Amino acid sequence: MTAMIDINNAQKSFVMHLQGGIELPVVRGVSFHVEPGECVVLAGPSGAGKSSILKMIFGNYRCDSGRIGIRHQGTQIDLAKAEPRQILSVRRATIGYVSQFLRAVPRVATIDVVAEPLIANGVARAEAREKSGQLLRRLNIPERLWALPPSTFSGGEQQRVNIARGFISDLPILLLDEPTASLDAANRAVVVELVDSKKRQGVAMVAIVHDDEIRHLIADRIVDVTSFAAAA
Amino acid sequence: MAETKMAETLNGDSDQPLLTAEGLGKSYGHLMACRDVSFALYPGEVLAIVGESGSGKSTLLQLLSAQLTPSAGSVSYRMRDGVMRDLAALGEAERRFLFRTDWGYVHQDPAMGLRMAVSAGANVGERLMAVGWNHYGRIRDTASSWLERVEIDTGRIDDAPRTYSGGMRQRLQIARNLVTEPRLVFMDEPTGGLDVSVQARLLDLMRNLVSELGLAAIVVTHDLAVARLLSHRVMVMKGGRVIETGLTDQVLDDPCEPYTQLLVSSILPA
Repeated sequence: MTAMIDINNAQKSFVMHLQGGIELPVVRGVSFHVEPGECVVLAGPSGAGKSSILKMIFGNYRCDSGRIGIRHQGTQIDLAKAEPRQILSVRRATIGYVSQFLRAVPRVATIDVVAEPLIANGVARAEAREKSGQLLRRLNIPERLWALPPSTFSGGEQQRVNIARGFISDLPILLLDEPTASLDAANRAVVVELVDSKKRQGVAMVAIVHDDEIRHLIADRIVDVTSFAAAA
Repeated sequence: MAETKMAETLNGDSDQPLLTAEGLGKSYGHLMACRDVSFALYPGEVLAIVGESGSGKSTLLQLLSAQLTPSAGSVSYRMRDGVMRDLAALGEAERRFLFRTDWGYVHQDPAMGLRMAVSAGANVGERLMAVGWNHYGRIRDTASSWLERVEIDTGRIDDAPRTYSGGMRQRLQIARNLVTEPRLVFMDEPTGGLDVSVQARLLDLMRNLVSELGLAAIVVTHDLAVARLLSHRVMVMKGGRVIETGLTDQVLDDPCEPYTQLLVSSILPA
């Protein structure tokens, strides 16, 4: 197996105890794999479970059953059954995630928000900040904003900070949840370039993109999530 | 250097737990304040214990830090020589070593963890003297550099903490605890009595210190935002039992137990 991600028959539902214990099925029978250097785009209407699948691959949502195989430091780990410590290790060394919204710590400067994943991996602070600056510049965040916390930024600026934070590490897997949703054409083009260069480095990616044009530009393969819809 | 130390703790020799609890319980007569708690804490790991008042989380913290004797079960700690020891079987000298050096304990009320009438410098220096430092100049320099690290103006080093604001007192308490480079810090509602703006600053500071020093920490809090910001793992307590446990973002974003769902859904949007 060379696949970086190998999902087999994964299933997820929510049990809403506060609403009388109704069971809300999310997805079932999720099976697909992603090879190094490949970008798989998840397609399907809103509410079909695309974001939930990304969160399951990141270990943020638990799986009821099935297997989420991740190639991590030369071995395969089943994230559906992994210990918290293993999931943290996978996130540090293997899987990066660009969420839909930036969840920033109050008071931390933008340049440090972006540099943090590198520092957590042992890169020296100066070097991490240098790389952070390069990415912010490339994503058109003006240098005068770097020392400010991103909480006061516009939606589009926050999203670019989020993208910079997700792309800064050299991790072999990257998950992208609507990375271009509130960006203008110039910045969308930058994201497409960033995705391309990750592909050339052999990074396996799973993305959710609603914009047809962007999807066309980055997708190597499309996986239709409606086939995993659990609602009977 | 700070970065390297952290990376070592995270990636290197952390296969051995630092502290383990097995079947831990405490009863007061018929009242079971805490029952059947088992877990392992690894070096560099931050564990949050969440739950409402009366859930048993403070009792658990006192059991884990050897301030209460358990009615059932045991707590073991890996001493600096690498040997796992049952806390109940430690001699007095070994216990004192843990409290003075290898552990920190941050109280919700800084007045509990500080000596309010002596200077800030002496509050920090006292922990160093307790482990044998005796050079006044070195103690003062170290105390001063710790005040800087916790963002206290070093011009205030000779002032007593009773002249400090609540946020400054809490930062001083943290400096006093960390100056001996402990491996494990217990925190009981560390941001409890503080204004929201002061809380954010303190949380950011604690988060950086914990990761730079590669500290393990056990944080009791009723504030899920504190748990999310500081901890890797969370244990949810109710009625003296741990009812749900896991990776912090997993438990908060995908809570399974009815009570955890209630806690998470009760957060007021800002």
